Amino acid sequence: MRITQGCFSFLPDLTDAQIRAQVQYCLDKGWAVSLEYTDDPHPRNTFWEMWGPPMFDVADAAGVMLELNACRKAHADRCYIKVSGFDSSHGWESVRISFIVNRPGEEPGFRLQRQEGPGRSLRYTTQSYAVDRPSGERY
Amino acid sequence: MDAGQTLSETDAPETIDLRRELTETHAQEVLDKLDRELVGLVPVKLRIRQIAALLAVDRVRRRLGLASEAPTLHMSFTGNPGTGKTSVASRMAEILHKLGYIRKGHLVSVTRDDLVGQYIGHTAPKTKEILKKAMGGVLFIDEAYYLYRQENERDYGQEAIEILLQAMENQRDDLVVILAGYADRMDQFFRSNPGFRSRIAHHIDFPDYGDGELMEIARSMLAAQNYHFSAAGAAAFESYIEARRRQPLFSNARSIRNALDRARLRHANRQFERTDPVSVDDLMTIDAPDILASGVFDADRSAGSDRSGGKEV
Repeated sequence: MRITQGCFSFLPDLTDAQIRAQVQYCLDKGWAVSLEYTDDPHPRNTFWEMWGPPMFDVADAAGVMLELNACRKAHADRCYIKVSGFDSSHGWESVRISFIVNRPGEEPGFRLQRQEGPGRSLRYTTQSYAVDRPSGERY
Repeated sequence: MDAGQTLSETDAPETIDLRRELTETHAQEVLDKLDRELVGLVPVKLRIRQIAALLAVDRVRRRLGLASEAPTLHMSFTGNPGTGKTSVASRMAEILHKLGYIRKGHLVSVTRDDLVGQYIGHTAPKTKEILKKAMGGVLFIDEAYYLYRQENERDYGQEAIEILLQAMENQRDDLVVILAGYADRMDQFFRSNPGFRSRIAHHIDFPDYGDGELMEIARSMLAAQNYHFSAAGAAAFESYIEARRRQPLFSNARSIRNALDRARLRHANRQFERTDPVSVDDLMTIDAPDILASGVFDADRSAGSDRSGGKEV
């Protein structure tokens, strides 16, 4: 099941040229672009691993693409990688854009878990099939 | 580019106005500004014009679909201290940007300290960080020969050099590297690192300024700060330049700037010691006493044979 998080996730995967153009857009806006990766793509997992610190003083997308390729080299077939643009200007101070730039080869998706509570109440939660295996061997 | 391709397919014009090409990209403006603002440096300007011409022609050729490989633009600037290497480098970034060879046109100026780390494993991330920052612009490495320390084969500089060479080769479209330094030591550096020499297309030598050129530089420096020489002051400064040149550690335009800074100091002091009211013109005029009080003259007079008095740089 293809996960859809962040911008552009309902579109076909972005090509490198498209990623570069989006990154350049972020940089031109003055946002700090950063790369994050994870093998636990649960929608509530907001803490992805950082691939180096956010790139605060990069002017051109080529620098970010350099890092993205390095990150792919290390994690391409086992992790999701996302690019996010952080706007530090007053009043925003938050992530303005984030989109997935790399997916593992196979995305097993999520299952629904039901937990019976007191009385006849039911609690629902989703769990990724991928996290059944230990971290590092998930994809 | 897209427009260019359709152009070459349909009706390629027979003649192309190259001069208009330069004007349209506003590179001509930068070249003219270079001519206007930088005194002397005739061979340098000539070389830069040649490079700009090559790039403009290349641009047109690419638009017409005449394939040619992107030219290598890495350069080395060699010359004595204060001959304008850094100023020219920043203009170079502007020209390359206007002609569309680098995307951003910023200049990242670094020295050994910015590239080389202090312990094992520190150098590579540091150098890569700088390269990332310089992407789309010009990386200017001042006193590049410090990267390589011959006497210490375990020096981390070697690691930085290897990463630089790799980036210079693989990311020619993203980055232009300019190495700068004193001529003799750069020669030595290139001899020990043949990889650099072969990856650098343009070796530009910056000549020393003549006395007349230094005087012109001094005038324009003063004008930029709303000062000017009195007639006597100008004559005094001319003799100052002559005397300063004979002393050690003379560094061309930089020495002139330092001399002018000291002259302004003495000028301000002289205005303070006056009892009568000071006019606006007095505040703007550097006069002979401001310059003649310089230690350079004493040293020059007394030295003659022994050249020890060069404390002013």
